[in-house]
Amino acid sequence: MAAINRDDVAHLARLAHIEMSAEELDRMAGELAVIVDSVKTVSEAAGDDVPATSHPIPLSNVFREDVVGHTFTAEQSLSGAPDAYEGRFKVPAILDED
Amino acid sequence: MSVDATLSFEEAMEKYDPVLGFEVHVELNTKTKMFSSAPNVFGDEPNTNVNEVDLGMPGVLPVVNKAAVESSIKIGLALNCKIAETCRFARKNYFYPDTPKNFQTSQYDEPIAYDGYLDIELEDGTVFRVEIERAHMEEDAGKLTHMGGASGRIQGADYSLVDYNRSGVPLVEIVTKPIEGAGSRAPELAKAYVAAVREIVKNLGVSDAKMERGNVRCDANVSLRPHGQERFGIRSETKNVNSLRAVEHAVRYEIQRHAAVLDSGQPIIQETRHWHEDTRSTTSGREKSDADDYRYFPEPDLVPVVASREWVEELRATLPEPPAERRKRLQADWGYSDLEFRDVVNAGVMDSIEETIAAGASADVARKWWMGEIVGRAKAADVDPAELGVTPQVIVELNKLIEDGKINNKMATQVLDGVLAGEGAPAEIVEKRGLAVVSDDGPLLEAIDAALAAQPDVAEKIRGGKLQAIGAIVGGVMKATRGQADAGRVRELILAKLGVEG
Repeated sequence: MAAINRDDVAHLARLAHIEMSAEELDRMAGELAVIVDSVKTVSEAAGDDVPATSHPIPLSNVFREDVVGHTFTAEQSLSGAPDAYEGRFKVPAILDED
Repeated sequence: MSVDATLSFEEAMEKYDPVLGFEVHVELNTKTKMFSSAPNVFGDEPNTNVNEVDLGMPGVLPVVNKAAVESSIKIGLALNCKIAETCRFARKNYFYPDTPKNFQTSQYDEPIAYDGYLDIELEDGTVFRVEIERAHMEEDAGKLTHMGGASGRIQGADYSLVDYNRSGVPLVEIVTKPIEGAGSRAPELAKAYVAAVREIVKNLGVSDAKMERGNVRCDANVSLRPHGQERFGIRSETKNVNSLRAVEHAVRYEIQRHAAVLDSGQPIIQETRHWHEDTRSTTSGREKSDADDYRYFPEPDLVPVVASREWVEELRATLPEPPAERRKRLQADWGYSDLEFRDVVNAGVMDSIEETIAAGASADVARKWWMGEIVGRAKAADVDPAELGVTPQVIVELNKLIEDGKINNKMATQVLDGVLAGEGAPAEIVEKRGLAVVSDDGPLLEAIDAALAAQPDVAEKIRGGKLQAIGAIVGGVMKATRGQADAGRVRELILAKLGVEG
């Protein structure tokens, strides 16, 4: 059984900006442990001869030439913004980071 | 804002040994962004150099800019790094409005370049090797402007405005290994290192390398340990030190601040510091904490970059001569002394002199003009010498006019005035301003007669063999011709007139 305790879940929830109640933290600690264990079975199937992979298709070097394509107007860019001012996105001041 | 205590730099050095580390971000000057085809252009109307990829819209697919990868490999090679056979991108997760995706696409455990070094030459010629840990590819973030509040800083701001034009601009982050053994030369080394990186990326042509525009940005890590101790002290990281002078000052300040903290028996707090140019000091940013848990994982939308050895060698073959080697070669070619050459480099006219010599001037003539008249005028006008408007061709023409005896040195400076005033080429200006040296002997002989008549006692001395007295007569003639006579010719004519052998 993977060691995922309540504090780990609380930490992850804070990093991910997810608000969770005490009951949810307790429940998720148990459920996440099961999920992690399930995913771990993959490493049992893959031997040392199987390289770690981050992509399902064995491709590499998918590149784009350095040629300018389409852009948005400021109006288009801001069309989905909750708030905007003088062509820019307006966001609350966030003090605890830089 | 409380002011931190500091020790004098000398006392800090007596007691402690500094260890440095740098993260230098270089913005590449590709035409488009790292993962989108939006233009990579500075200073346009906000949020217009973006498309759906830069704005982090759902369901979009980033595609890697091949030119940015090539530039990154070139930087790695110029830093004497190994180039990874294969490497990947990773997501660096954090919430902050400078990235609309809530992650920055970067590289984590597989940088494209690693294990390099750079030999840094200090002002007195000492060479110091800085080891490079890695150089990795990533994207720049958007630009936040904090509004309201008193100072325009984030503290006390009411809200922030975001421009994503810079979002997705290709960056290469160059990370050094811990730099030990610099001692009291740490601030100088810091400046010289960043200057060297800037020079290299500029020389490679992969970045505009303008620090004032943020093309090259430096985070400086400083820690102190008592002399003789092997274990590193706790470090601070001073962010966004964005001029060469500021890099030197920031490292010096942090050494002095750390020393005072350690002397008082307090521990150093591992934290981010902000550099303030106005007070030449740093203030506390935030402590390293959970917020630095970026939960990196491989970017699933991008496939690995495989740099075949053939590709790497092709790119290596395109590298220009490294700046340090080029300087050595030019100094030898031009025959300048160490001091002369250092002055030329410090004045920022090395390239101009090279071009001027290529245009046909001798090394000494090129240096005389650039280090004399041009540097002086540039300083007065507060511009770079190269931007004053004097082309190599102008210098070659001016020098030819002097050598042909058409103008003298004094007139040449007036001709230069004319060139800078947009009056045309040197020869035209000589014509228009009537500056030509008087070479017709007729008017000269008249002026000589007048000068001799005015100073009969001097004339007598010269006849008697006191040739040094001739200066007074030459001076009189030059005055009468308003400096337009060739002094050498005047002297010959005076001697001939008086029947004296020169």
